[in-house]
Formats: sequence, structure tokens, C-alpha cells
Amino acid sequence: MGYKDDVKIVRTGAWSGGPGCHGGCGVELHIKDGKLIKVEGDESHPFMQGRLCPRALALTQYAYHPNRLQRPLKRVGARGEGKWAEISWEEALDEVEYNMNKIRKEYGPEAMVFGQGTGRDAGGSLIFLAYAYGSPNWTLFGLSGISCFTPRLAGMHMVCGDIVFEDAAQFSPLRYDDPDFVVPELMIVWARGMRGSQCADHYFTSHWVIDLMKRGTKIICIDPRMSWTATRSEKWLRPRPGTDGALALGFLHVIINEGLYDKEFVEKWCHGFDELKKRVQEYPPERVEEITWVPKEDIVQVARMYAKAKPASIRFGQPLDCNANSIGTMQALNALWAITGNLDVPGGNVIARPPYGVTIYPYSTHEVVQLYGQEFVDNMNKRRIGADKFPLVKNFRSWALSDSVIEQMETGNPYPIKGLYLYTNNFLACTAQDPKRHYEAVRKLDFNVVADIFMTPTAQAIADIVLPGTTFAEKDSVFTTGIPLNAIRKHIQVGECRSHWDVAFELAKRFNPSSVPWNNLNELFTERIGNSGLTYDELSKKVWELAPKDHPSGTCGYRRHEKGLLRPDGKPGFRTPTGKVELYSTSLESYGLDPLPSHMEPVESPVSTPEIYKEYPLILITGRRMPTMFHSEHRQVPWLRQFENEPIVELHPDTAAELGLNDGQWVWIEGTMGRCKRKLKITPVVHPKTAMAPHGWWLPETEGAAPSFYSTFEINVNNLIPMGKNGTAGYGGAPIKTMLCKIYPLSEGDTIPTENTKMNQLDFTDSYDIVNAQEA
Amino acid sequence: MSKRAMLIDVYYCTGCHSCEVACQQENGYEAKQFGILVTEHILNKKNGLTIDYVPYMTDLCNFCAARVADGGKPSCVKHCQARCITYGTLEEVMEEAKNCKKPMIFVK
Ligand code: SF4
Ligand code: SF4
Ligand code: SF4
Repeated sequence: MGYKDDVKIVRTGAWSGGPGCHGGCGVELHIKDGKLIKVEGDESHPFMQGRLCPRALALTQYAYHPNRLQRPLKRVGARGEGKWAEISWEEALDEVEYNMNKIRKEYGPEAMVFGQGTGRDAGGSLIFLAYAYGSPNWTLFGLSGISCFTPRLAGMHMVCGDIVFEDAAQFSPLRYDDPDFVVPELMIVWARGMRGSQCADHYFTSHWVIDLMKRGTKIICIDPRMSWTATRSEKWLRPRPGTDGALALGFLHVIINEGLYDKEFVEKWCHGFDELKKRVQEYPPERVEEITWVPKEDIVQVARMYAKAKPASIRFGQPLDCNANSIGTMQALNALWAITGNLDVPGGNVIARPPYGVTIYPYSTHEVVQLYGQEFVDNMNKRRIGADKFPLVKNFRSWALSDSVIEQMETGNPYPIKGLYLYTNNFLACTAQDPKRHYEAVRKLDFNVVADIFMTPTAQAIADIVLPGTTFAEKDSVFTTGIPLNAIRKHIQVGECRSHWDVAFELAKRFNPSSVPWNNLNELFTERIGNSGLTYDELSKKVWELAPKDHPSGTCGYRRHEKGLLRPDGKPGFRTPTGKVELYSTSLESYGLDPLPSHMEPVESPVSTPEIYKEYPLILITGRRMPTMFHSEHRQVPWLRQFENEPIVELHPDTAAELGLNDGQWVWIEGTMGRCKRKLKITPVVHPKTAMAPHGWWLPETEGAAPSFYSTFEINVNNLIPMGKNGTAGYGGAPIKTMLCKIYPLSEGDTIPTENTKMNQLDFTDSYDIVNAQEA
Repeated sequence: MSKRAMLIDVYYCTGCHSCEVACQQENGYEAKQFGILVTEHILNKKNGLTIDYVPYMTDLCNFCAARVADGGKPSCVKHCQARCITYGTLEEVMEEAKNCKKPMIFVK
């Protein structure tokens, strides 16, 4: 901490809505008279080394936005009517306690579902609250197949026994200067943008790719969209959406049949190579070309380039989660880095564990058990929704499966669901496929709580109680789910907003005092980070910490599998049942799933549904990230909304010309499930056979009450996307990259959602009525 | 005194918008008021399309005089995620430009 004139400057970790964080940034907060006046990067922090994303740089506009929720609200009209009364925290928590206790008493704790949106410290505090209350039903609410990262995590765990990330010396405080680090000769950037995917998955932030490029790394880009990365790469492959598994198997076919793999590593450290070799024979380049639209010469060339470059790494993105067989896709990717000898080596794909193995937001079954104990977890599994039907849901990471939650809300089988507690989840505008179906299911529940930072379409539509949450600058928390280990400390207060850890701690005490043996959060955090040997206050002074090289969670040093650092029994090898990289996964086999990688056609595609393709001749890709707005956040913040201020759909100029459509005109996107309105942007970067429409859109400057809910149903691309199409494993398969659609102009009389709003004055303030409780 | 200059390696600019927001925050500019403005150029070259993001210092840019006088870096330079902006004397950045793939220099 320091002072400059009368401005206090403090260093802290960032992890919250506001920036949108999934990375482990450190920032400097500039505070004057208790008010945040500026946010800067922290040059002494190894994650971004002083750089910062636009969202963190806009934090003052976010934190002090006139429409932030600042006091708890209680619904006073009918659900969705948009009438709210401000109440005190005491009253709000009493309401929550009373209603949730009532549900627990009448129907059992599993009748309450606890849903988060995207990670950050939502996950840790929410599973903590759910388990204290006694419900096993902690979920990423709305997202079909939990298709964001969990499928990739599961695939990596099944094959390698750990999470695996591309190496940028991120585990060393010296970063690129660490003598053990080797700059990769080649990096495949697979289904991952540059501008929008900053820090999206905890262990890597996209601009490190540029750091590596400047140090000599050559790039291969795999993306249907001509991304920035595509234009800077040696070779760019443009597969049909949803066929990544086949492409990876095509690479394996070439590498194995041409003998380009690392024979010593395969012999010593891989299990099931012969079975894999047999399986890949089904994917010769000719057939893979047919499936993926990628010319076979390119498949062969890239396979050879990857196999021959030493070291080489693969960076991979969320679209791989969206095939119903995403696990099969990930098995193939894991096989690629393993058999080429690029696993657990400098500059390759390295095993990524949180520093000192501490956890607060579990990313694997190991971590859930570490936090809550085997017996408790086993008990929870008996009633956890989806665990009975889907083997991976049962055996990996302890989510309730959101698709099954909705079905169960509708049917009451095998037991009724009566309430929903959401923290930073805006399913109506963002997470949920088939949002209408979700809305109908949730609005019938007895009691719904939404804790969030702004009033959202979701809170307007379904909440009975709304709790105002915080940005990282306003809370005490700890970041363990990536690197480095960061302390986040509260430095400002906005209104009466309270951090979710604070709220969860208080509610947990009320629901189950024995689950809260700590006097305060400080003690809880100290226990959680115990393995680091630091107390929470000590970590706070240092702000961040990384584990030493010889620690199982310290990476530089590398080749930990040879040194016996990865397995709990201390033997050399990987943390899998056979101790080897399981090219043939014995775990998946024991769950009754395919132990080998394979490709599966999307639910709708030119191949699987040629009849539908005739009427709906475009492949709809949604979910691409935007540089300044993360998921459904930031639509109110002028500095962030100024760049992409309307909900668009992108079409190739040839496609638009064929359809007789003009740039800037409003259109309908329609599929077999439904339709939504978007403004057309014509750009040559999209594939002529695809339409791209970013997700998460709502218009806070429009009417918040029913039926508009900030225009969300009108512009929500999820109207076109079904839920419940996840595959046999359970995880993966929200078909957000592969549904078929057609595009046509608005008819006469159709209104334009952004017309007559205050948008042109960049006034994105929203409307919700605060009614005096007495009046109501 | 030698002239001050801003060197941008356009090849590495990703259009992430950090510099623009950093500048707005630093100077208290409103949305759509830019000290640095990044525009997207999709160009049809002989060997296919390419995308360039081109940052441009506008008249609202003061080269962060106060920060620099204080010993700091201009805010856009510090926060640029691609580390593609360099600040210095004209002589310094001319030298540095030799290492750039697509250098562009603003002088004040
Ligand atoms: S770069 Fe990522 S981790 Fe850093 S402040 Fe921005 S969103 Fe948060
Ligand atoms: S030097 Fe300062 S004033 Fe100029 S563009 Fe950069 S941040 Fe803005
Ligand atoms: S911050 Fe750097 S990379 Fe990002 S838009 Fe500005 S100049 Fe380009």
C-alpha cells in the first residue's frame, strides 16, 4: 500500500464480475476519500505484468453505475411485474432463511437448487452454501451439458489424470526468463479467439500467445472464423463447426501411421496405444476431409508440422465442449500431446494444478473430496440430479446436471424441486438453451433468490428476493482456481452491497451451524489455503504466491511424472488408474463409455439432418466472445458498450448478397426451435455457410418488466437452441455452434428492439420500479 | 529537447480495446471520446484477406504528460495487452522500430 498525494494505492487480486475474471490478475486500486477513482495493472504481478483488460480498466463505471443494485429487494407485485421494495439485509436474510427452511422441512434439502453463472468466486461460495444447507444440487444453471470447461476438464482427467494447459511459463514468477522454460516452436490455437477469450480459463490469457509469437513461436489456427489469429498463422484450417473430434483423429491417423510419434514416451508412459492405433484407422484423411471440409493435404501437412516441431503445444477453446461427444474430442486432443512427447515438458502442454494444490472452487472430484470429505460427497451423490443417469456426471466434479434439473422441475420425478437460489446467473438472457422452457419451469417454483450485481432479465422474471453483490474491489476473497494464488481484499463499499462469500457464510450459519466451525471468513480462507503455509492475512500482504518448482503444483522443472510428483502414492507416472496416460481410458470403460476417442455428428447438421438443412441452409454459431463484454455482463457500461453496442448477426458478403440482405438491416434468425431478431453485420471473416451471433444480449435501457424483460426474448439467440441434447456421458453437447438456421428480413410491423431507446446517447441505464413497501 | 514519440507495432495489435479504455479512464473522457482510437481494417491482399487493427492517436491524446512527468508510462502503453506500443524520444523509438514488423510512429 502506498499514498500519492491524497490517493491511496493498494494492490489486490481481481476475480469477479466487473472485469469478468477467470484469470488470476493483480491490479492496483487508486482510492480517494473511500472512493475508487482508478484501476491499473500491477507490474509486479506475474499474470499480466501490468497489462490489463478493458473491463477491469472500466471498473469505476461499473462499480458506481447509477443502476447498480445497492440494497436487497423484495418482490411486491406479481412475479415478473417489475415491482420491488427495498428492504434491510436482516429482513432479506430472514426471508431467505424462512422460505428455504420451509422447503427443506416439507420436501428435503435436495428440493432447493443452487445455480451459478460463469465461475469466479461464485462457485466456491455457492457449493459451500448448498452443502451447508444439505442440498447436493449445485449446478451451472441453464447451460446444457455444463458445456463450458467441465467437459474439457473431464476429458483431460480421464486421459491424463489432471488438467493440462499450454505452457507459457505461467507457473514461474520469472515467466519467460525462467531458465527451465523453452519457447514452443509451434502452437496450435484450436477453437479459441484472441480478442474475446482473454483469460477465460484461469491458467492462460490469450495475449500470452503474442508474447510467445514475439519469441519465435509459429501458430497454426483452427477456426471456422477468420480470426485475428488465423491471419497471423502459418497455416489456418477452417473446419465445419462441430467436427473437431474427427479432425483430431485425422491428425492422429497421420502421426501414428507415418511413425511420427514419440516411441519412447508411448512405450513407457501410455496405456492402450494399440487400441488407439486401431481406432484411428477409421479416420483416414480422405474421410476426415469429407466430415470436416478441411482438405486432406492440409490435414496431413498440419499433422506433420505438429509432430515434428519440438516442443509444440495445443491451446483449445470452449467450442470443443459443444459436441455431444466432447469427451471423445478431448480424448483425441490428449492423445495428440501425449504421443508426440509434448506432455509435461517445457513449452508443451503442462499439468496445471492450483498453487500448493489448494482449492476453494472445486475443479475436479479430487478437489470436491479434498474440501468436503469422501463420505459426505458419496452421500450427496445419491440424490444429486443427473448422477443416476449420466456416468460422468456421477463420477466427475459433482455438478447437478442442469438439463435434468429442468426436467425434474417439470415432472417432479424422482423428487420435487421447489426453489432456486442463483448467484450471478442470468440464465434467461445468457446461459440457458431454450430460455422459454427454463422460464416456464422456474416461474412455478415456490421460492427464488437471485444475488447479482445489477438487475437482470432473470432477476426481473423469477426472483422473489434480490441480493446486491459486489465486484472484487468490495470484497474479501481468495483466488485458488488457476495461477497464481491471489488474495482479494475489500477496499471500498458501494451502497449496502455484500460479497457472496459474506452472504453464504451468514446463511450457512443459519441453516447449519455445525458446517461453519470458523469465527469469520478470514479463518475460513486461512484454512482453505492451509497447504501454502500462509495465513490469509499473510497472503494478503504478498498479494500473490506461486509454489516452488519441486512442488507437485509447481511446473517449471517439468517432467513431474518421471519424478513421482503427480500421484498420491509418490510413484512415477500419472494420476490415472494405470499410472499412465490412458489413450484407452479405463475410467471411461468402467463407466460404460467409449474408452477411445471418436467423432459424433451434431444433432442438426448438413450430414445428420439433410432435410432440415434444405430449409435452414446456414450453420448458426453463437457464443463467440466479445473483447469488452463478457457473457451477459457490461451492457450498461458506456466505456464497454461503445464498441459493439447492438446485438448483431454476422454473415459473409456472398451469403448476404444471395439473400438480398443489406448491412445494418434488422433480420430474423430462425431455426426449427424458434427465432430471434438481430441487426445484420456483413463481414468476410465468417464462413459463407455460417451465421455468427454473439450470445448474452439484453438491453438494460428497455422495459424490464414482463413480458419484455429488457427485450431478452426478442433478441436471444438461444431461442433457436434446444437443451437436453447432451450425449451419454452427460457433460458436453449444448449445440450452440451447430444448429441450422435461415435468415430473412423483418416483416412490416415488426419492431426494431433498439429503436426509440436512449442507446444513441449511450445512456444504458435500466428501469425497475422501487415501490414503497407500505404502499405495496 | 528531443521530440517525444509513440511507436506502435500494428502487426501485433489485436483490437482488444484496452488502450482506448485506459485512456478514457486516465483522462476522464466519456464513451466515444478517444485519445487513442483503434479501427478494424479487413483488407483483400493478393494472398487472401487479412485483418489489421490500427491504433491512432487523436487530438485528445496528450501523450500522458502528467504521468510521464511523474516517472510513469502513458496509460495505453502500460496496459496494452499485446505490448505493441512503445513510448520514448523520437530517436529511441526510431531505433526500436527496426525490430517491429509493421511500425507506425506518432510524434509530438
Ligand atoms: S484480464 Fe481477466 S483476470 Fe485480469 S482483470 Fe481482466 S477479466 Fe480479470
Ligand atoms: S498517451 Fe495517454 S492520452 Fe495519449 S492515447 Fe495513450 S493514454 Fe491516451
Ligand atoms: S491495447 Fe494494444 S493490442 Fe489492444 S487495441 Fe490497443 S494497441 Fe491494440
